[in-house]
Amino acid sequence: MDYFLMFISAIFVNNILLAQYLGNCPYLGCSKEKGVSIGMGFAVVFVAVMATAFTFIIQKYILVPYDLGYLQTIVFILVIAGLVQFVEMFLKRMVPPLYKSLGIFLPLITTNCAVLGIAILVQRKEYDFATAVFYSFAAGMGFMLALVLMAGIRERLAIARVPKAFEGTAIGLVMAGLMSLAFFAFKGMIA
Amino acid sequence: MSDPRFHVSVSPHLRDTATIGSIMWTVSAALAPQLVLAAWIFGPRVLLLAAVSVGSCVLCEAAMQRGLGKKVTVRDGSAVLTGLLLAYVLPPGVPLTLPFWGGVFAMCIAKHLFGGLGANFFNPALIARAFLAVGFPVAMTTAWIAPFAWHGAADAVSTATPLYLLKHYGAAAMFQQYGAHAEALRHFFLGIRPGCVGETSTLLLLLGGLVLIWRRIITWHIPAAMLGTAALLAWVFGGETLFTGDPLLHLVTGGMFLGAFFMATDYVTSPSQPRAKLLYGVGAGALTMLIRFKGGYPEGVCYAILLMNCLNPVIENAFRPKRFAAPLPKPEPKPAAKPEAKPAPDASQKDGEGRK
Repeated sequence: MDYFLMFISAIFVNNILLAQYLGNCPYLGCSKEKGVSIGMGFAVVFVAVMATAFTFIIQKYILVPYDLGYLQTIVFILVIAGLVQFVEMFLKRMVPPLYKSLGIFLPLITTNCAVLGIAILVQRKEYDFATAVFYSFAAGMGFMLALVLMAGIRERLAIARVPKAFEGTAIGLVMAGLMSLAFFAFKGMIA
Repeated sequence: MSDPRFHVSVSPHLRDTATIGSIMWTVSAALAPQLVLAAWIFGPRVLLLAAVSVGSCVLCEAAMQRGLGKKVTVRDGSAVLTGLLLAYVLPPGVPLTLPFWGGVFAMCIAKHLFGGLGANFFNPALIARAFLAVGFPVAMTTAWIAPFAWHGAADAVSTATPLYLLKHYGAAAMFQQYGAHAEALRHFFLGIRPGCVGETSTLLLLLGGLVLIWRRIITWHIPAAMLGTAALLAWVFGGETLFTGDPLLHLVTGGMFLGAFFMATDYVTSPSQPRAKLLYGVGAGALTMLIRFKGGYPEGVCYAILLMNCLNPVIENAFRPKRFAAPLPKPEPKPAAKPEAKPAPDASQKDGEGRK
């Protein structure tokens, strides 16, 4: 498959957030400020790529040969959690400033359904290893794009007179729905 | 000013007689000729369509403002304008429930949930159209009426829009239906073609847009950038080979002029700095052509503008104007050794000193 098309497809057409509705919790939780959203975006890209690479190998050489497919979800989550823990320890030891700026969001990636979603999606689409890793990178970038757009919007939302009942998460969800409507633009662009 | 002596007042000192009402009603007036033309081409049904749409928008705005305990401001014409624009982006043959629900969505969800006039992120009429396109896909893509069909038969004759033919059957099939190249372009320019209620006549929309520029309601940046980019891309990528496309064809079909002059220039959802406006227009034009050439829809103006609406806060932030003031005093370098040792009281004291 053409890598460029795949990149465009993963970012715009099948945006992991706005077209496949995965990873909504960090989308709402980490989009209050642009700096935080960029940090979160990069963290997700990194973890997604690593997790996809590891889970791909595990799936291919352990789960499939021993017929353990039903353990996929739990094993993948375990791998992602272990990876996040590893990344956290590494950053804490080697790059303390980055570790500090990511704060609580780093461990929270463990429960990010976008990361698990990417790892499972590449299995379902039966990509080869290089394509799978590339796809996870592109999907992570798509996640970051949606997050940064949302952060820009929410910085303005903070000064809007939103009805009391809709303040905070509620209006964020409405906004996510409307953005997803706008992203219908790319429907049917690349199969 | 009646008083010739010096006038002492607090800022702002630049004043203008324009009000929200005057702007909204002027834009509505600039749009009106197209509605008359549409009524003549597609039949009086479109007037009913526009009436339902405007009525729904006005009612919902009033209801939302009353319900939220705000001042009811339907007289300023912004709801009327949204209703008019919503009717303009619908196919003329749709059932009357569509403009009604579109108006409800535009006003209640896209506008008033976000805080009312000036706080919405998406153009209400366009996001309502996107909503209707998802909710009523058949009506929104097939309810076209052939020009002057209502003079003859009692029922509307459905047909296909030029862009639909262009996308699915190629340029040859389109010109076969609409006459030779020059004749077809003339008809498209004058507005005698199937299409949405308010997008048909390039001529009338262009005149309306020029009136808006002349009245200084909009500036030339967004329309010029959007139309220019679209024409350039149509020329480069529109043909069988590179640089053989037909830019004029892509400008006079679809909702290009309606979008460029009346939708993309919406104050609330577009940037305010000239350079940011140019970027916004270029983006809208490029996305339009991307969707027309590569996307799943024959027409992309609506979605292109919605996507640029998404990007608008980021663009606006990137093009902040320079401050014309003394530079802020630099924050004093913090002692690097103890970043966590009670920074709060320290910092506030220093701030206080700095301002003295």
